[in-house]
Amino acid sequence: MADTEPMATGPAGSLPAGILPAGILPVGDAAFPLARVEHLMGTAVGIRIRDAGVAPEALAGAFAWLRDVDERFSTYRPDSEISRISRGELPEREASLDVRQVLALCDELSAETGGAFDARRHRSDGSLDPSGVVKGWSVDEAAQLLDAAGARNFAINAGGDIVVRGEPAPDRGWRIGIRHPGRADRVARVLEVRRGAVATSAAYERGEHITLAHGRAASHELLSVTVVGPSLTYADAYATAAFAMGLRGLAWVTRHPGYGVFAITADERVLFSEAVEPLLADPAA
Amino acid sequence: MPVSVLPKRGVIAAAITALGLALLFSFKTPEQTLPALGNRSGGTEGGANGTGATGANGGTGGTVSNRNRSPAATPTPTPAPQGGQGGIPDGTVTGPTVQTQFGPVQVQITFSGGQMSDVQALQLPVDHPRSAQISSYVQPILRQEVLQAQSAQIDLISGATYTSYAYTQSVQAILDQVNG
Repeated sequence: MADTEPMATGPAGSLPAGILPAGILPVGDAAFPLARVEHLMGTAVGIRIRDAGVAPEALAGAFAWLRDVDERFSTYRPDSEISRISRGELPEREASLDVRQVLALCDELSAETGGAFDARRHRSDGSLDPSGVVKGWSVDEAAQLLDAAGARNFAINAGGDIVVRGEPAPDRGWRIGIRHPGRADRVARVLEVRRGAVATSAAYERGEHITLAHGRAASHELLSVTVVGPSLTYADAYATAAFAMGLRGLAWVTRHPGYGVFAITADERVLFSEAVEPLLADPAA
Repeated sequence: MPVSVLPKRGVIAAAITALGLALLFSFKTPEQTLPALGNRSGGTEGGANGTGATGANGGTGGTVSNRNRSPAATPTPTPAPQGGQGGIPDGTVTGPTVQTQFGPVQVQITFSGGQMSDVQALQLPVDHPRSAQISSYVQPILRQEVLQAQSAQIDLISGATYTSYAYTQSVQAILDQVNG
């Protein structure tokens, strides 16, 4: 059961949001005609749709897509495409379009991050494991499915990596708390976002899962890096890479048009780029 | 606090699974039906292929037995419990302190009407590594401010936590205790 044991950390990773009752008052799901949470991709994935006119099939379709991706990209299922490629039984060029697209994304991101984010490989044993890219990519795709189904106000939260559209309530964006690194019952800041993706990479997230290429340890200058931008695929990759690179990685993120960065340093400061500043919300609002 | 009259274990398993999933999505669920759960979490190896596959934080909790099936690994065909039929007396139960490499974690659960109505963290690690050299190094393109610990009304939260595994263990210990 060793392979399935990490699942114990999946929904558990969700719990911090729940340790927040001391002053943090999440909006419940009563306002959302369509809302569901499932355990997928090693974490809890939740979707909330506020639009009353959206068919329930849209929500079901988004989850069906995510489940399908979960199966096809599984490194634990011996018959998955990833497992077959890993064993040399399936040439990459003969894999499905989705798998080829994800592996190409992995290579693109690895190159762009100078190897700081080796997206193809499992972080400890070097086996083929594109799951670091699959989550963001599949959630981006799920958001497009919901767009196409007419949803205009919704949020997808995949283990703390988030895509939002529109508003959860009239006249305000989605209020996304950035977890405080030392106090699980507090947030460092709140970003109010109406369209886009928010991904956080942090030392507190599933142990020390981030290592640079060639076995170098990640920088210890930063406690967490949050990236905001149009795509969760890239926001997630940039956050992971910047966290590994340290302070210089923050400047690197800002060189990507449309992407902003918010970081918490080991000496207890917050740093944020110009693109993030207009998103910072009044905590008392 | 001794509690004697208890629901079936499956109900508890469903409840803790629902708790975990619900809390990720920042639901607060006092006295309400917990959100529907996907049944796929049980017994599907594929569910573990995400970024949690390293399981790096799984080995540090010491004092609570881990042989209890995790919420994620437990098939939960039983629907989430409805209020009032669980048989758990109203009151508050405190879990054991679970040690992690970052410090102790301890939680307290309040039961009301047969459901978990609140979960509070009594202890969480507060210390983290510091690097004194960083202050002199500021990127000119980045604004900087002092880190604050804010209370705020939020819809979602970005970033998981290293305490989550121990947190789950402490919650599980309470449910085991409640379950007799």
